[in-house]
Amino acid sequence: MSNATKHWEKSRGLLFITLAIWAVFSMGIFLFGAEMNEVTGPFGYPWTYWFTCQGSLGIFVILIFWFANRQEKIDEEFGFTEREDG
Amino acid sequence: MIKGKFIDNLPKVYGIYTGGFIGFIILMAIGEQMGMTAKAIGVAFVAFTIFIYALIGYLSRTAQADAYYVAGRQVPTVFNGMATAADWMSGASFVAMAGGIYFKGYGYMALLVGWTGGYILVATLLAPYLRKFGCYTVPDFIGTRYGGNLARLCAVIVLTVASFTYVTAQINATGTIASVALDIDFKYAVYVGLVSILLCSMLGGMRAVTWTQVAQYIVLIIAYLLPVFWISNKMGAGFFPHFMLADEVARIGELESQFGFVKNSAADLATVPKGLAGITKAHSAVNATPWAFISLALAMMMGTASLPHVMMRYFTTPSVKAARKSVGWSLFFIFLLYSSAPMLATLSKLSLIDPNLSTGIIGKSFAEVQAIDWFQNWNQANLMFISDFNGNGTLELNEFFMGGKAVVLATPEIAGLPYVISGLVAAGGMAAAMSTADGLILAIANAISHDVYYKMIDPKAETAKRLLVARALLVVIGFAGATIAAMEIQGILGSVIWAFDFAMSGLFFPLVLGVWWKRANRQGAIAGMILGLGSAIWYLVWVRTGGSGFLGLTQLTFGIFGAAVSFVAMVVVSLMTAEPDAATQKMVDEVRIPSGKSILGKQH
Repeated sequence: MSNATKHWEKSRGLLFITLAIWAVFSMGIFLFGAEMNEVTGPFGYPWTYWFTCQGSLGIFVILIFWFANRQEKIDEEFGFTEREDG
Repeated sequence: MIKGKFIDNLPKVYGIYTGGFIGFIILMAIGEQMGMTAKAIGVAFVAFTIFIYALIGYLSRTAQADAYYVAGRQVPTVFNGMATAADWMSGASFVAMAGGIYFKGYGYMALLVGWTGGYILVATLLAPYLRKFGCYTVPDFIGTRYGGNLARLCAVIVLTVASFTYVTAQINATGTIASVALDIDFKYAVYVGLVSILLCSMLGGMRAVTWTQVAQYIVLIIAYLLPVFWISNKMGAGFFPHFMLADEVARIGELESQFGFVKNSAADLATVPKGLAGITKAHSAVNATPWAFISLALAMMMGTASLPHVMMRYFTTPSVKAARKSVGWSLFFIFLLYSSAPMLATLSKLSLIDPNLSTGIIGKSFAEVQAIDWFQNWNQANLMFISDFNGNGTLELNEFFMGGKAVVLATPEIAGLPYVISGLVAAGGMAAAMSTADGLILAIANAISHDVYYKMIDPKAETAKRLLVARALLVVIGFAGATIAAMEIQGILGSVIWAFDFAMSGLFFPLVLGVWWKRANRQGAIAGMILGLGSAIWYLVWVRTGGSGFLGLTQLTFGIFGAAVSFVAMVVVSLMTAEPDAATQKMVDEVRIPSGKSILGKQH
């Protein structure tokens, strides 16, 4: 298998993990919105309310930075890092 | 002035700018103390900020194609993040979002989740790959990846339909704010708004828009956060509202059950001015079915990843790596405002309905409420209304009506903040609407000038001629948008959501599969774009004319149907026709590797 193919497979693996986390916090948890809202969560807000106000949004921000770092590592591993001048 | 040196000095330049702006706010506050009128402060805020944007636009003028189309591809990640955030957060986000949460609660907050979650799709599926591709516009990618003028033209059409739907709402918003702040008729204010928008983009294209958007972000975020923190502290609700409003949220729930949601009769509601609404839904309870919530969030997420004015911001970063990080920064800067909107809605609602607070009006007598200054002002502006339906002389929860915009625009005044804050909020709303309008008009004009004029009609055109065409189109499209905006056909929020649905129906799968599915070919992409957009428009018309719809897809989420049709059409047609040639397949392989030269040359 060529270097490029291996790089692509690993990138695709990262994509699937990232999209799985995305699906859970953008859609999955809201299947149980009514039940989850009965429970008190962070800072005393009901859980569902907190997720829609801050939780999911904040997780997305962190997820993108995490994804970008992991992808950079993968690029490095296969020698596809860009020169700094781009 | 704007060369490599300028890029190195960015933090300093915008630091000075931010300091200057804060200085201006303080100056206005002193002016207010010394007797400057509310109107003069409003005019000063709007005029001063527009003057600064126009100045930045003028200083960023350029005669080079890559500076005009992609800001010379040297915008650092953090600053591109700010510019994207301003590009993204429209008049709707700024003025209407807190109001939507205030009135509709949980069901509306699907938009918050959707408008942020979409960036995950942008970061993982598209932005880095389109940056590697090196295109100037989104149709540039479609046209080169799939080949042929027809595919390119289809992409231009989808882009124009979606962006134009969106831009009329933004010009409408600039007009609304300009007409209030400058006290002129809306019909003329729309054109004042338009001229300010064009001042930012005409001379410098993407480069000018980038640097004005950064400046606009700084204004709009200060204008949004300052009142939220101030009100929260003034009410004693908490020093840092985002972490400290749990008691207030619970208190609203208590009051809601105490007052009860009394349903007004149709005859009573007919007397309420159009566009105003009462509180009829619980503040923090789950009031939508899981599918209603998830489908709206999903439609907004896929729409986010298909809107060209957002995507093209990531063409301006120096590298692929920077494009990815830049998406993260964009979302961070968006998060700052979006996570504050529910807090503003909470503070606003509590200050109005809690009888224990001095600002609360529910439970007071009608004579008392009618004597309040701010009530008179906003009643006159047609954004507040009370009516004694049950004739008991006391204001009940179901007898108080407000416009969605009032939550952002009126809350500072209700909470007793000085007028300088209201002027600041007007400037912030103007910045939000202008920056989005600029991005959208530029996306349309660039697509038509680069993809239709240069790539199809006159491939030999010189740079000077190309840029002249691009600028002329900018003016034409701006005026077309303003003319439609002046007719006031749709509300701000409705047309924004339609734009997302149109974009995802026509562009989501042709873009994503172009990178992730090598087998996707020209015929498939064309079928996907035409059938996707076509079926979306058909579904919208059907639902609007009394059709029942299916799967619970409404006129807000019809894009899910369009995108599904687009996906099926694209896969089936691609598989039925020949696979793309070896050169195209090699091109896709190249796109997937971050290092090395971009597919399209630096100047093309």
